[in-house]
Amino acid sequence: MQEQSIFGEEHVMQDERQLNTLNLGPTHPSTHGVFQNVLQMDGEIIVSSEPTIGYIHRAFEKLAERRPYYQVTPITDRLNYCSSPINNIGWHMTVEKLLQVETPKRVDYMRVIIMELARIADHLVCNMVLGVDSGALTGFTYMFQERERIYDMYEELCGARLTTNIGRIGGFERDFTPGFRKKLEEFLAGFPKRFDEFDRLLTRNRIFMDRIKGVGPISAERAISYSFAGPNLRAAGVDYDVRVMNPYSSYQDFDFMVPIGTAGDTFDRFAVRQSEIRESLKIINQAYSNLPEGNFFADCPEFYLPKKQDVYNSMEALIWHFKIVMGEVDMPAGEIYHAVEGANGELGYYLISDGGRQPYRLHFRRPCFIYYQAYAEMIKGQMLSDAIMTMSSMNVIAGELDA
Amino acid sequence: MEWIFLLDKTIIAFIAFSITLLIATYSTYAERKIAAFLQDRVGPDRAGPFGMFQPLADAGKFFFKEEIIPATSNKFLFIIGPGIAMTTALMTSVVIPWGGTLEIGDRLVSLQVSDLNIGVLYVFGVVSLGVYGIMIGGWASNNKFSLLGAIRASSQMISYELGMGLSLISLIMLTGTLSMSEIVEQQHGFWADGYFSWYFFKQPIGFLIFIVCAFAECNRTPFDLAECEAELVGGYHTEYSSMKLGFYMFAEYINMFISSAFMASLYFGGYNFPFMDDLGLSQNWITIIGVIVFFLKIFAFIFFFMWIRWTIPRFRYDQLMRLGWQVMMPAALLHIFATGAVILFNQH
Repeated sequence: MQEQSIFGEEHVMQDERQLNTLNLGPTHPSTHGVFQNVLQMDGEIIVSSEPTIGYIHRAFEKLAERRPYYQVTPITDRLNYCSSPINNIGWHMTVEKLLQVETPKRVDYMRVIIMELARIADHLVCNMVLGVDSGALTGFTYMFQERERIYDMYEELCGARLTTNIGRIGGFERDFTPGFRKKLEEFLAGFPKRFDEFDRLLTRNRIFMDRIKGVGPISAERAISYSFAGPNLRAAGVDYDVRVMNPYSSYQDFDFMVPIGTAGDTFDRFAVRQSEIRESLKIINQAYSNLPEGNFFADCPEFYLPKKQDVYNSMEALIWHFKIVMGEVDMPAGEIYHAVEGANGELGYYLISDGGRQPYRLHFRRPCFIYYQAYAEMIKGQMLSDAIMTMSSMNVIAGELDA
Repeated sequence: MEWIFLLDKTIIAFIAFSITLLIATYSTYAERKIAAFLQDRVGPDRAGPFGMFQPLADAGKFFFKEEIIPATSNKFLFIIGPGIAMTTALMTSVVIPWGGTLEIGDRLVSLQVSDLNIGVLYVFGVVSLGVYGIMIGGWASNNKFSLLGAIRASSQMISYELGMGLSLISLIMLTGTLSMSEIVEQQHGFWADGYFSWYFFKQPIGFLIFIVCAFAECNRTPFDLAECEAELVGGYHTEYSSMKLGFYMFAEYINMFISSAFMASLYFGGYNFPFMDDLGLSQNWITIIGVIVFFLKIFAFIFFFMWIRWTIPRFRYDQLMRLGWQVMMPAALLHIFATGAVILFNQH
């Protein structure tokens, strides 16, 4: 009797050998989240695969339609939870764009610092987990300490670590504290050396290089037609970076390179992320040393909570406070698309407002959702071990895949 | 005389057996501590001073854990798998010469359970049986990940046994004997006839091939494909729980201990140490120091095993096979020819 896979594809090869159907996921240690992949395996070689999308769909976009704008921020935290500040700030900027609020330079620079820190943390996690999936756990424990330092800084600024809910629509809830400054300065001084150590640990290791070179490649044409963005597209050799192409939050003020690869394989994705960490450091250094004076929030009374002192003493502040907290701020009607360079690609917010208190329709352009569709094509004909490395190097995060 | 000989051997066998188990137990502790040391962590430190009782706590936990036998598994083979792995791992310690001879009264007691004249061959035979434990366990689980792990493990162990055996042939061409105790005796002291007497200095390349193959035989990183957690969840022991899992882990550590002892005996002089004849000590003292030195050598190798494990990633299946068949095998064969040529050259 010929068995059929659940996706209807025949299970037997022409020479009557049976293929092995292997369920990689939904609970598998190296899928880093809930992914299901039904692989047809010829021994160790993947003949075809069927990724399932929507395994943990959480209806974020629908949830957002029932919430006042400022309450959407915690939802964005849970998209790519490795770099929540970028998601938060991206959402804030989208709302500001709709309100046509001009942010002070200081806010822009502070945001750049936070977003680049988040990018470093995200790329670090991606590359060190690539090491873990190939069996090198030591680099992971080293660099996790660095990620902890970044999380300490978030904590200093907003009190949370993973799902940060950092900043407010209009700016930040508080200025950089002395504790934050101290931690940031220590980080900037110590990180490059420790990062180089980590870099050498992996890139000078012959086994690791053999494991990632030529694994899971994708051509620039295919990547573009899948509408890849971010490090995975740049690894394929396309120098597209939202920070340069369509600068937001004063990115045009900074001098940095956009590293690109050539082959689009796992090694290139790894190397692009490694170089981007260095570039992000450069950006942080520039932003921090040129941090302008001024307010850390924009003049945006619709969303930026007035000072508590004013709430007690002035009528207008009290009214705004009430309206903001109760979510009773009417927004202008409009249709906005705003994109930021998220840690693993272009993170877009497509927002339609009908003038009400909640978004009429909100769509997140989640980069992982796009990458994961190309996954089946990328791992075809590769070995099981390569499939794991490819998934790690694309940094597919379940929270972002199934928003 | 006969009964006292039996008594000696029983005691030595018992001691060797307990030491093997003890060291395997504490290797798990050492592994965690060394991993912690290499990874800038603290490691186990709750159970007892410096976490010394951690292995005991682990063993206790293994015994009290619920034992799950998958409904679709072949129960007989599922149960016998870890047993085979453990038994074969423990059997090899018989031929290891733990020390020289002790003088007790007027008797000479050799600190070796059994001086087989084919000791090296015996170890090989038993080690190649070890693959059955993994293969049977992986197959009987009726889990695709276990099966993949078992297939990987068996092809890996068979491939690397060739390289290992061939690298030993060139050593045996020098020693002229397969008896472990004679091989160790030939490496007496440290310096003899104007050259180092340890076989490491005579056959460094052979040792290199041997140690790489030993890593593969023990399923240690970079050759731990059989249980690589990233791809195969737990490899061949995915479905195992409770003390059966403990047996597999124990077997791995015992194998590591035995191969360390094997390498120390064959290439690093076993219980011999430099200047042992110049100290002017009695035979018994030299034997006792020899045993300590032997264990120090073993610990150094175990540390090396762990150091490698926590430093480098693992191979991919095809890379592993390529290394085994296209590098290790030809290198070992060439090494045999080179050794033969050198022996011939020295004779004429």
